[in-house]
Amino acid sequence: MDTMVEVIYLLSATLFVVGLKRLQSPATARAGNAIAAFAMFLAIVATVVDTEILTWSGILIGVAIGGLVGGITARRVEMTDMPQLVGIFNGFGGAASALVAVAEFLGTPTIGVGTTGVTILIGTAIGGVTFTGSFLAFAKLQGLMTGDPITFPGQNILNALLFLGVLAVGAMTLGAFGGQDPLTMFYVFCGLAMLMGVLLVIPIGGADMPVVISLLNSYSGLAASAAGFVIGNMVLIISGALVGASGLILTQLMCKGMNRSLANVAFGGFGGSANVDRSQIGKRPVKRADAEAVALELGYVNSVVVVPGYGLAVAQAQHELRKVGDLLEERGVDVKYAVHPVAGRMPGHMNVLLAEADVSYDKLYDLEEVNDDFSNTDVVLIVGANDVVNPAARDPESIIAGMPILNVDKARRVIVMKRSLSPGFAGIDNDLFYMDNTLMFFGDAKEQMSELVREVRDLP
Amino acid sequence: MGDLMIGLYVFVLATLAGREVITKVPPTLHTPLMSGANAVSGIAIVGAIVVAAKADGTLQTVLGIAAIAMATVNVIGGFMVTDRMLAMFRKR
Repeated sequence: MDTMVEVIYLLSATLFVVGLKRLQSPATARAGNAIAAFAMFLAIVATVVDTEILTWSGILIGVAIGGLVGGITARRVEMTDMPQLVGIFNGFGGAASALVAVAEFLGTPTIGVGTTGVTILIGTAIGGVTFTGSFLAFAKLQGLMTGDPITFPGQNILNALLFLGVLAVGAMTLGAFGGQDPLTMFYVFCGLAMLMGVLLVIPIGGADMPVVISLLNSYSGLAASAAGFVIGNMVLIISGALVGASGLILTQLMCKGMNRSLANVAFGGFGGSANVDRSQIGKRPVKRADAEAVALELGYVNSVVVVPGYGLAVAQAQHELRKVGDLLEERGVDVKYAVHPVAGRMPGHMNVLLAEADVSYDKLYDLEEVNDDFSNTDVVLIVGANDVVNPAARDPESIIAGMPILNVDKARRVIVMKRSLSPGFAGIDNDLFYMDNTLMFFGDAKEQMSELVREVRDLP
Repeated sequence: MGDLMIGLYVFVLATLAGREVITKVPPTLHTPLMSGANAVSGIAIVGAIVVAAKADGTLQTVLGIAAIAMATVNVIGGFMVTDRMLAMFRKR
């Protein structure tokens, strides 16, 4: 029987990898997700068969509550709120893994120094950090608290002391120094781990949130792996490792998208309110255009590249933008959408928002795919984006120096749809707005895009 | 070789396999990748069931049930919302 269960676990772990592999193309991704869900089902069945379950009631109550909450949330959540959703789900995963380790400890509180004890403490710590860190990230993204970085003097020293404290209390929990009550020490350990999660996330804010969400995603996987070491279960170790790797890759990509190191994000306190001289912002003259003029610019050319930014999503103007794109295509214009890696509030967020607005996925282009095409593009239409199209990134003196940008200034005509000349997250002015071939199309994205739909439709 | 070492071998190799597979996921699908990975980390439900089943005393039972509930949120919510998103990716 034991071998049978192990074989099912192995099959489950394999199917997780197969499922993730199908995510390599939008055409096969949905099937991949279904395969991964089936793998989960197999693992749960194997566990239920293998485990001597005396009372089902508790387990069924847990599944019913969790299933209801998860199912309703998944159905109702707005696509703009995906970062919060993933954030809070990370927290639940981390908490579940931590509780597995905690329950193991409570079974044998006088565990002594050894690998089992250390494993339990590592599982508790990673899970605890993921739990509080994720809930705080959720609160920031949901607007329950300020989204700006919260920093105070001596923050990094406090973090270092806290880390040493966790190590010391952990050693006391295992009785390394003798004398302390293990259970009391363990509770202190749990408290310190959760405090670490809070301190990890509070100094990070604004445009850096995608990095945090990705990092916590990775931690939730590592927490599951650690729980696997605690109860000696390979499928937990493998699945957790897959998630850990995924989160880490996305974290690296997000850092690269902003040209910053992870250490810089964690300790820098950048984002939100940078100390830059803003007195000159918006003082220079720009060329303005209204919807009619923009329609004339767009309707009689060969190629248009649309650059959507988060401002588009805030204004909920994706659908109107897609209608403009459709009308242009009917007129024989080649329309592409260029999506910067950090265009949304989490990796790939903007793509989901455009897919929701019914933009065909083969029209969505990544930065590397599209960046050489701008010099052959007639018109670039930028909607609600700023820092990711700022040519200042090429200036070594700039605060955003070296950040990968979309080379929109190489196009023959640039149209910028924006509320005002106010700066983006980096807090600096954008020379693109003042270029000779740039037209500023001011206003609320949703209203102006609806207006643009009418104007393009009325073009002769 | 002890169980811990075998576990570490498995962990390292699984991380490398995950890296290979996930590096090739296009940026377009990074949000569904993340929510899907999130659902996979709900595998903690397996640990939660084991813990809840052998719970000895009220505190352990409560912790076990709480762990099951939270892991289930991840599993059900994660796979469902990922499916909802992926259904939107259409080619016309």
